[in-house]
Amino acid sequence: MQNVDFTLCEGEIHALMGENGAGKSTLIKVLTGVYEKDEGEIFLKGMDKAAVIRSPQDAQKLGISTVYQEITLCPNLSVAENMYIARGKGAGQNWKKMNADADKILKSLDIPAKATQQLSSCSIAIQQMVAIARAVDMDCKVLILDEPTSSLDEQEVQKLFGLMRDLKKRGVGIIFVTHFLDQVYEVSDKITVLRDGKLVGEYEIETLPRVKLVAKMLGKELNDMEEIRDDSLVYKEKDADEIVFEAKGLQSNAGIKPFDFYIKKGEVNGFTGLLGSGRSECVRAIFGADRVLHGEVKKNGKKIKISKPIDAMKNGIAYLPEDRKIDGIIGDLSVRENIILALQVLKGFFRPFTKAQAYKFADEYIKLLEIKTASADTPIKSLSGGNQQKVILARWLLMNPEYLILDEPTRGIDIGTKIEIQKLVLKLASEGMSVTFISSETDEMLRTCSRLVVMRDRKVVGELSGEDLTQNKIMSTIAGGDR
Amino acid sequence: MQKNTSKSSVANVFSGIFRNQLFIPIAALLLLALFNFIMDPSFFAISFGHNNAGNPVLSGRLITILDNGSELAILAIGMTLVTAASGGQDISVGAAIAIAGSVILRVLCGGQVSPEHLQAPIIVGFLAACIVAMLFGAFNGVLVAYFKIQPMVATLILYTAGRSIASWINNSQLPIVNEPKFGYFGGLIPGIPIPTPFLIAVLCMIVIALVLKFTNLGLYTQAVGINESSSKLNGLNPKFIKLLSFIILGLCVAVAALIKVSRVSTINYSVVAKDIEMDAILAVALGGNALSGGKFSMPASIIGAYVIQFLTTTLYKFNVRADALPAYKAAVIILLVVLSAPVVRDKLSSLGKKLKSGTRVKEVG
Repeated sequence: MQNVDFTLCEGEIHALMGENGAGKSTLIKVLTGVYEKDEGEIFLKGMDKAAVIRSPQDAQKLGISTVYQEITLCPNLSVAENMYIARGKGAGQNWKKMNADADKILKSLDIPAKATQQLSSCSIAIQQMVAIARAVDMDCKVLILDEPTSSLDEQEVQKLFGLMRDLKKRGVGIIFVTHFLDQVYEVSDKITVLRDGKLVGEYEIETLPRVKLVAKMLGKELNDMEEIRDDSLVYKEKDADEIVFEAKGLQSNAGIKPFDFYIKKGEVNGFTGLLGSGRSECVRAIFGADRVLHGEVKKNGKKIKISKPIDAMKNGIAYLPEDRKIDGIIGDLSVRENIILALQVLKGFFRPFTKAQAYKFADEYIKLLEIKTASADTPIKSLSGGNQQKVILARWLLMNPEYLILDEPTRGIDIGTKIEIQKLVLKLASEGMSVTFISSETDEMLRTCSRLVVMRDRKVVGELSGEDLTQNKIMSTIAGGDR
Repeated sequence: MQKNTSKSSVANVFSGIFRNQLFIPIAALLLLALFNFIMDPSFFAISFGHNNAGNPVLSGRLITILDNGSELAILAIGMTLVTAASGGQDISVGAAIAIAGSVILRVLCGGQVSPEHLQAPIIVGFLAACIVAMLFGAFNGVLVAYFKIQPMVATLILYTAGRSIASWINNSQLPIVNEPKFGYFGGLIPGIPIPTPFLIAVLCMIVIALVLKFTNLGLYTQAVGINESSSKLNGLNPKFIKLLSFIILGLCVAVAALIKVSRVSTINYSVVAKDIEMDAILAVALGGNALSGGKFSMPASIIGAYVIQFLTTTLYKFNVRADALPAYKAAVIILLVVLSAPVVRDKLSSLGKKLKSGTRVKEVG
C-alpha cells in the first residue's frame, strides 16, 4: 500500500471500496496497529501530534475499534466473556455485574443472545453482532466494520444498519468495508476507492453513481453488468437430457428434513433461502460431508452409495464449501499443494504426482483463473480472499468433475472476481458439467441458474424455473405465500 | 542497476537462509563443532583400530555421537509425523521401548533367565516387538484420533504403565542373551568398522525418505495437521492418518528398542530409554517444526536429534557432573528452541527484507 490519504469525520459512515487485494484490509490493519506503517502519519481529533499506534491495544485506547470479516472472538467463551475479554480488571472480576452489563447492551442493541451463552452456540450472524456490541461498548470514536454483512441475512443487515445510523448520530465515525454495492448506497455518506494499494479518490455518495463506482474499482469502464447473462449459454431444459444425479428422501444428521433432488447434464441449478434455511446442509448431504441418515442417491439411474466425501469424489462430484477458511484452504500449504490436493487424494496414497506434474497443473490453473500469487509455492494463506477462493475452485476443476457444487463461491470477494466466477459457471455448464450454485445474492443466482430449489426452515418448500425466476417470486416463495 | 540487483539478491539469500528450516539446526551443529574445535581440536580425532575381538573399529567422539544418537534420530522420525498430524506429542516412547525390548528378550530367551542358546531367531523376536509396539502405538492413536483425547494426556497412560508392563512380560526377571550375534545390533558387525546403530539409523532415514517421496504420507499428514475439516472434505480420512502416524512411531520404537537391548544384551526396565521422549520432542522442536502440528521438515528433525547428542557428548567431554548435565543441556536447548521457533524465524527473515529495502532506499536517495 502506498501513499493513501484517508479522512474520516465525526458522525459519518465512510465506505472503503476496492477489489480484493486493493489494500482495504491493509489500510485497516495499519490504522489498528496490526501492521506497522513505513511512512505517513495518523491524526486523531483532539490531539496536536500524530497518534502512535503500534499495537491493537494502542488503537483501542485511542477509541479505534474493529470488527473483522472473519470472526475473531473466542468461540469457547461465553458471550459476556467475549465482550469484556482483555479489558476487565484482571483479578477480582465481578462476574455477576459483567453478565448483567452484557445483557443490558445486548438488549439495547436488540441482539438475541444471552450473556452466559457459549459463543459457539450462536449463529455466525449473532457472533458478528456480539463483536459489534463489544466494539460499541468500548465507547469507540472510530468503528471499523470489515465486511460485517457478509454472513448476515437481509433482516439482520437492516438491524445492523439501524445500529450504524444510531452510532452515527452519537458522533461515531464508521469505516464500512463491504462488497455489497446496495449496502454502500443505503447507509454511506462518503466513499473512498482504493485500487492496487493506491488511492483512487474520495467521493460524496451523491456524486458517484453505481456504474462509475464499479468502473473506478476495476479501473476500467464496465458497460453493463447484465451482459454476464449470455442467453446462448444459459441452460435450456430439454426433455432428452438425462438426469445425472438424483437423490430421494435424502437426510443428514445436520438437521434437515428429507428432500428430493435431481440435476441434469449441463444444468445449473441452485438452492435459495434465508441464511440458515438449510441450503448448505442439503449439498453437504449430497457430497457426504455430513453423516447421511436416510435416502438413496442415483447416478445416471444407477444406485450409488455416498457415505463420505471420497465416495462422492469417486463418483465425479466436487464440492466447494461455504466457509473458505475452515473447510476450504489448507493455510500453510502452498498454492500448488492446495490445487492438486483433491485430485491427488483421488489418485491414491501410493501414486503421488511428480513435482513437475504438480507445477504443471498449478501453473495451468493459476493462468486460467488469473490467480494473483507470487508463485505456485506461496502459502495459500498469504493470498487475498478472492484468490484463495480461485485456488479452491482450481482444486475442484482439476478433478474435472461431472457435477460441481459451489456453496457461496462469491462470498466476500470482489465484484470483478464474482463476475468471472459466474461466467465460468455458465461456460462449464455449456460444456456439459452440471453445476449447483448457491449464493446469498439472489441476482447472482438469477443470472446463472435455470432452476432454483427454495428452502425454508430446513425444508425444501418449492422449486422455481422458467418464467417464475424473478426476485419477487423467489421472495414470496421464501416467505411462504404471495405478498 | 547491476549493483542494485546483486545487493538485493544478497539480501534475498540472507532472508532465504533465515527462513529455511534447516538453518538453525545446522547452524547449531556448526557452532557446537566450532566451539569444540577451539577448545580442543582433538575432539574431532578419529582413530582406526581393532577391538578386543580383533575386529576393525573406528573410534573417536564423532563416532560416539553418531552411535549414541541413533535411537534418538530414529524416534525423531516417528515423533515428527505424530506432531505434524495430531498437533501433539507422544510422551510414552521411552516406556514403549521398555515394552518392546522386553518382548524381544522374552521371545529370544523363551522365559529363561540366561539360556545357553537363543530360543527363537532374532528376527522373530524383532518382529514380535514390532507388532507389540505398533499395537501400543495404535492404542495411543485410537485414543487421540477417535476419542479426541489430547495426545499428551492419551500417551500419559502408557507413560505411567509402560515400564510395569515391560517388567510383567518377563515376570520381573532380567533375562540375559548370551548369543554374541545379538550384540551386533547395538555394537559392531565383524568386519564393518562403523557402529551398527548408526547404520540402522541411516537405513531408517533412507526408508522414510523413500516413503515420503513415493507416497503421499507427507502431503496428507501436513494437510490433516493444518486443517482437519478441510482435509476431510478433500476425501481424506483425518482419523486414520493420525492413527497411522502413531503406528509408524510404534515401528520406530521397536527399532530403537532392538538397538537399546542389543547394546547391553539385557534390560533394566526402570532406566532403559529413560527421558528419551523428551529428547525426541526436543529434536522435533529444534528442527523448527511447529509443535502444534502442520508443516514439517524430516531432515531438520533428524539433524535436531544429532544436535542434542552432540551437545550431550560435548558436556561429557568437559567433565560436567552427570547430575548437573540436564541443567546445562536445558540452558543451551532453550536458546536453540527459541531461535528455531517459527516466530523468531519470521522476524529474522523480515530483518533480511528490511536490509534489502534499506539498500534500495539508499541507492535511490
